[in-house]
Amino acid sequence: MTVLAVADHRRGELRDVSYELVTAGRELAEALDAELHVAVVSGDVEAFAEHLSLDGVDTVHTVAHGEEFNHDVYVQALEALDAEVDPTVLLMPNSVNGLDYAPAVASSLGLPLVSDAVALAWDDGLTVTREMYASKVETTVDVDADRVAVTIRGGEWGPTEDHGSPAVEAFDLTVDESRVRSRVTGFEEVGGGDVDIADADVLVSVGRGIEEEENIELVEELADAMGATLSASRPIVDNGWLPKNRQVGQSGKVVTPDVYLAIGISGAVQHVAGMKGAETIIAINTDPNAPIFDIADYGIVGDLFDVVPALVEQFR
Amino acid sequence: MKVLVTVKEVAEAADDFEIDGLDIASEYLEYDLNEWDEYAVEAAVQLQEAGHADEVVSVTIGPERTEETVRMALAKGVDRAVRVWDDDIAAAGLLDVDAKARLLEAVVAEEEPELVLTGVQANDDGFGATGVSLAERIGFEWAAVVNDLELEGDVAKVHRELEGGVEEHTEVDLPAVLTIQTGINEPRYASLRGIRQAQSKEIAPKTLADLGLDASAVESSFSMTAMYEPETESDATIFEGDAETTAAELATVLREKGVGAE
Ligand SMILES: Cc1cc2nc3c(=O)[nH]c(=O)nc-3n(C[C@H](O)[C@H](O)[C@H](O)COP(=O)(O)OP(=O)(O)OC[C@H]3O[C@@H](n4cnc5c(N)ncnc54)[C@H](O)[C@@H]3O)c2cc1C
Repeated sequence: MTVLAVADHRRGELRDVSYELVTAGRELAEALDAELHVAVVSGDVEAFAEHLSLDGVDTVHTVAHGEEFNHDVYVQALEALDAEVDPTVLLMPNSVNGLDYAPAVASSLGLPLVSDAVALAWDDGLTVTREMYASKVETTVDVDADRVAVTIRGGEWGPTEDHGSPAVEAFDLTVDESRVRSRVTGFEEVGGGDVDIADADVLVSVGRGIEEEENIELVEELADAMGATLSASRPIVDNGWLPKNRQVGQSGKVVTPDVYLAIGISGAVQHVAGMKGAETIIAINTDPNAPIFDIADYGIVGDLFDVVPALVEQFR
Repeated sequence: MKVLVTVKEVAEAADDFEIDGLDIASEYLEYDLNEWDEYAVEAAVQLQEAGHADEVVSVTIGPERTEETVRMALAKGVDRAVRVWDDDIAAAGLLDVDAKARLLEAVVAEEEPELVLTGVQANDDGFGATGVSLAERIGFEWAAVVNDLELEGDVAKVHRELEGGVEEHTEVDLPAVLTIQTGINEPRYASLRGIRQAQSKEIAPKTLADLGLDASAVESSFSMTAMYEPETESDATIFEGDAETTAAELATVLREKGVGAE
């Protein structure tokens, strides 16, 4: 038996989730008494293979084809690798690129797909833990199939860092170009500008709980009084109430301030991905079950429209 | 060109809720149009206004109750809708990605759209996989997490929003499925006129049999075995009391951390 984990990389660098996939894969491989294989597709696969030569990995398959991620190539590469490796569990990242190829691979191979796993267990079959209802509940799902595809959430498994000595095998892929119907033409950095929230020591961050654009002023006032920098969750930026360079999260900025004050922010996983490294996390939220309280050090369960003005008074 | 937009009614849990067996007890759930689908609907309606689309059709999988949600899409300019449901689907419980893609595949076969728009993910089950899975099934090209879209002939020029403030520019040959990210546009409010017109627009109910399928189409290889509130490892200090009291306590903590010091 084999577990096959697919590494994630972008613009010449392996992404953190690649090392986490190795950890998740290694745990599963031990439970299954299986081998752990890792695949890396496109880019400088030889350099990647060196980094992926980690403890617990038996084989690294390198598929040299093109510089950057192209999902049409990924699908074909994984179809071919699947035929060779025949993995019991195919592990992929629930990253943005994972969202773009994993469902197609699973569908093409006829494998059931369980996405966004936060924990995995094996006992005669795979049990996957996932979240539902915007992270308010956890569920366990039993998979009744001989083979299964799973995508894992970043940040849930620690990275594997210890070196190992797996076999590195170059996989010869013949790409059917007629099935390549998408072309990556470039990359763009967005959200630059006047302020770099990543530099701030104290962030006052506002979320959808603020309700209206004009209410942002209230939080601005607090940031001013506290000598803090203003940041936001995604909906605030989507609404055009603050510029993109203020967005904290997976698709925004990763910040590591000393203090992060989350006001009217639920703590969705993609938001938390950007701020969980803050030294002290404080949340103000009306919902005592909001996931932000799970990672907060201090909290006030209350209405921001009462608490924020009172806090402004404290710093005047 | 015909554009098909998948829409989903999603359930949101109340601030305080109870779990009943394998789901949140229904009295604690409130239903709404999935946030990501709102942006997909807007993208489709804008394609129609720009003369790219002749017709925009919405499809949903859900019981009769979901027509209320579908009407919101119709009120915003979607021309008509298809709603797939029957007793077998109801009995299947949580539909996995594959089952949803199978049902949508059958609708695509009937409607023959050239472009399918879906939301990136649904806010309740959060699979984030139906659109791309559907694309593979129907042999369409695709792009996931699209936050900018321009059509040029038979090519969709899209931006895919990657992590860390980086966007990928990609060209995708049509026919295609695009999964739409929030922020791609500004979803409009339904006008009163739109809401009135939506009342007379068609929402065609379809059963598995209508789509040439049977109960095996919604068989799933997974079963939910437990639902629970996650144990928090949080040791958060929660300040209790009125706003003045809690604000004062929080301010003390913040000052200790050096906040507000000149
Ligand atoms: C691929 C992808 C990438 C993403 N990237 C990001 C990202 O980079 N950053 C990001 O933030 N999100 C991102 N998201 C979106 C994310 O999933 C959530 O939708 C978003 O973070 C929710 O923002 P929020 O917490 O402000 O809003 P909500 O989840 O709506 O939460 C609002 C909160 O305010 C509280 N509230 C309401 N009224 C009050 C009041 N009067 N007083 C106090 N509290 C109140 C509510 O209880 C609730 O908890 C991404 C999603 C996807 C799919």
